[in-house]
Amino acid sequence: MSKTIFEHSSAGRKGVTLPSREIDTPLDKIIPAKYHRARAARLPEVSELDVMRHYIKLSHLNHFIEKGLYPLGSCTMKYNPKIHESLVRHTCFANLHPYQHESTLQGALELLYELQEDLAEISGMAKVTLQPVAGAQGEFTGIKIIDAYHKAKGNTHKTKIIIPDSAHGTNPATCSLVGYDVVELKSNADGRCDIARLRELVDENTAGFMLTNPNTLGLFETQIAEIAEIIHSVDALIYMDGANLNALLGIVQPGKIGFDIMHYNLHKTFSTPHGGGGPGAGPVGVVEKLVPYLPVPMVSKDDDGYHLDYSHEATSIGKVHTFYGNFAILVRAYIYIKMLGAEGLRRVSENAIINANYLMAILKDYYHIQHQEYCMHEFVADGTKQKKENGVSTLDIAKRLLDKGFHAPTVYFPLIIPEALMIEPTETESLESLDAFAQAMIEIAQESAENPELMHEAPISTPVRRVDDVRAVKELDPIFKIGE
Amino acid sequence: MPYISNTDRDRREMFDKIGVERFDELIRAIPAKFRIQDGLKLDKPLSEMEITNKIKNQTCSNLCAQSANSFLGAGVYDHFIPAAVDSIVSRPEFFTAYTPYQAEVSQGTLQFIYEYQTMICELTGMEIANASMYDGASAIAEAILMAVRKNKLEKALLPATLNPEFVKVIKAYTEGVGVELVTIPAKDGLTDLVALQQLLDDSVGSVVLQSPNFFGNIEDAAAISELVHTQSKCLLIACVDPISLAILNAPAESQADIVVGEGQALGNSMYMGGPLFGFFATKLDMSRQMPGRIVGGTLDKVGNRAYALTLQAREQHIRRTKATSNICSNQSLCTLAATVYMSLMGKEGLREVAMQSTQKAHYLAEELCKIAGVSLKYPDTPFFKEFVIKTPKPAREINEKMLPRAIYAGVEVGANELMLAVTEKKTKADIDAFVTAMKEVCHV
Repeated sequence: MSKTIFEHSSAGRKGVTLPSREIDTPLDKIIPAKYHRARAARLPEVSELDVMRHYIKLSHLNHFIEKGLYPLGSCTMKYNPKIHESLVRHTCFANLHPYQHESTLQGALELLYELQEDLAEISGMAKVTLQPVAGAQGEFTGIKIIDAYHKAKGNTHKTKIIIPDSAHGTNPATCSLVGYDVVELKSNADGRCDIARLRELVDENTAGFMLTNPNTLGLFETQIAEIAEIIHSVDALIYMDGANLNALLGIVQPGKIGFDIMHYNLHKTFSTPHGGGGPGAGPVGVVEKLVPYLPVPMVSKDDDGYHLDYSHEATSIGKVHTFYGNFAILVRAYIYIKMLGAEGLRRVSENAIINANYLMAILKDYYHIQHQEYCMHEFVADGTKQKKENGVSTLDIAKRLLDKGFHAPTVYFPLIIPEALMIEPTETESLESLDAFAQAMIEIAQESAENPELMHEAPISTPVRRVDDVRAVKELDPIFKIGE
Repeated sequence: MPYISNTDRDRREMFDKIGVERFDELIRAIPAKFRIQDGLKLDKPLSEMEITNKIKNQTCSNLCAQSANSFLGAGVYDHFIPAAVDSIVSRPEFFTAYTPYQAEVSQGTLQFIYEYQTMICELTGMEIANASMYDGASAIAEAILMAVRKNKLEKALLPATLNPEFVKVIKAYTEGVGVELVTIPAKDGLTDLVALQQLLDDSVGSVVLQSPNFFGNIEDAAAISELVHTQSKCLLIACVDPISLAILNAPAESQADIVVGEGQALGNSMYMGGPLFGFFATKLDMSRQMPGRIVGGTLDKVGNRAYALTLQAREQHIRRTKATSNICSNQSLCTLAATVYMSLMGKEGLREVAMQSTQKAHYLAEELCKIAGVSLKYPDTPFFKEFVIKTPKPAREINEKMLPRAIYAGVEVGANELMLAVTEKKTKADIDAFVTAMKEVCHV
């Protein structure tokens, strides 16, 4: 394994030379000695070349989209266009300060305004805030808006939010953070919301319902009209987790079919890079009656130009970010939408759906698939056949895929499918790359039958072998011990 | 069609395999009445050349960023970023990967996060750090929530000297779960220690300290800590400027229990205030109460050193309603920039950045005070790289009169008060030009 950057350190080496001091007042004359740091922080002492070699060596240990297919279900690991990076980095955006005079920010505000409008059109919502910086923060913003709506109406008895058992973990965690009790709704045999059960659960204390659509099984929730009627009958609101919006572009506008609030994951659907875990962006759209509760500021437009608009601050949920959200990510999504247009976005979702169904059609002969109807942009296969017949687990299957040059699907999620393998190929994969992935999966099914030992050993050809994450917890080692 | 490989011929081949004739058969689960009838109303698509022209000619021509002589700060700072930072951060190996769920093909990401966690602990003096929060504001909010989990005390004290934008975010994050926020009044631009003492009792679960505070002033962290820790359960949350830690006391030395802050200054461009990233560090005995992802060292099955996400049982994808936070995506790439930045700067370089920033800030303060009617608002209070002046004319008027000179004077923190930030990037000539302009603007 690679040394850490600290082990490359050698006293006196420098990676940067700063200009010599034009002002050189001794520190003692500026800041009282009692505040001075006694012992310097032991940051590495390395040359620029040391740094470059070290981090480029580390970069070679990663799987990434340009290296190979990355079918991580519900994460939408599509290709990230390079023009986004070029325009964000090499133009005027990087040096903008959030407190510049509004007159000097007009170009940026215009861009944000147009993005607000375009996202509203895509979802059919009335207005969109760009402030939340991640999907989970979008959920948080949305549930805060539900809370603000009920408080404004005096609905103090509303204490619970209903969430299907197929939901992402961020949904229940978010409701807890806002102070709501979570009631879990079991899915029916079709993998969708159990309407009869929903009717039983909904009462006057219901504040809202969170639904991922298409859901995490890759199925469109067909009964949304009935769901909306049930939820709205007690003045509760329906939140759509937009993690799977990549299936709906130009096909369905969630704001027009009963949803009151939704978030978009710009790092999924709108192709901003995932950054090794972030930054992303999680804008939130709402129907007209919820507009007063959106975070401040919004970007507005009048005859004088574009403004950071705090006019609804009295009713707003306030702020979820120090400034205006992940601006540099928003610029990338803007470019993406402007380049694809209506027809291109529709084509994205069509191809995402076709690619997923094509893979499912091939793999259903080799893997158990609980819900075999046509899927949307992703589907959930599972390793129960291999587990039962060969003693090979989904974890083994995932690790063996790494040997074959692919990232693994999302595994063991959704929780309602044992040994789940949640596969989302995305629209940017070609027929040939889908065939290559399918071939790898078929080989793995064969290897599971013929050589299960090999499967337990996998991965073999990766930079490290199977990593002991139990040890990582039991012998917690979160920082390098410098100088030991 | 941009970024889609498959042609209509490919689609037909795939339809054959699936067993359908047309695309619509695949979405038959969507009731017809729910489908968009006549397409989305969006602008017609632009090619790569056209969008480039639009951004360069239209968007950028309505922006002024490159040439301005700016003294704006208040949470986002224009420090120098070596070119090698972007060279690493712009590698697709890092930026098109996602959360390192599959450790065996994510060692690059996992190891840099481990190194980042180490650097944050080295700067702050703490024992464990997470992989990042969204920003400094949400990091404080999460720290307050962690304190509540630890000691079950639902009152938190926030200083009046805390960044007001942070306060708004903290309020949004903590009000739902019933945390009571109480403000500690300020005196001379610092936390009022007498008032703090009066507010402290055994119902207080945490006290937040920001130093340098919103106004740039250096708080007496040791004195605050001593007061806070007279309450045995109460936790001290210190919010710090990471650059300042190259020359100022590590929060651990004043017995902070949780250390957080805004990390943008470490190698990340300002981008109108986003993306930012929050760092979050604490002591080992609170590791299981922490929010966010944490990377730990371990071994692979043949005994090689390796890294993995650890303590995941705290997180939303496992613990759901009982998770320590709802955070999933974080600000990973910003922490890569910070890690490369801190590696390049090293022990001496970061100290030099901090020294030149504070030296130049003090030089500016001194020169401005020579202008009639200009004075420091907190003349007897030590500051780091940011300070507040009283102005003889309304702050808004000064800012507007400076615009044609391509100067962003400062953040208006009162009708006749400007807050100014100085980094190592300002030359003496920049500062002198600004002072000359201030003389003219204040006395025409």
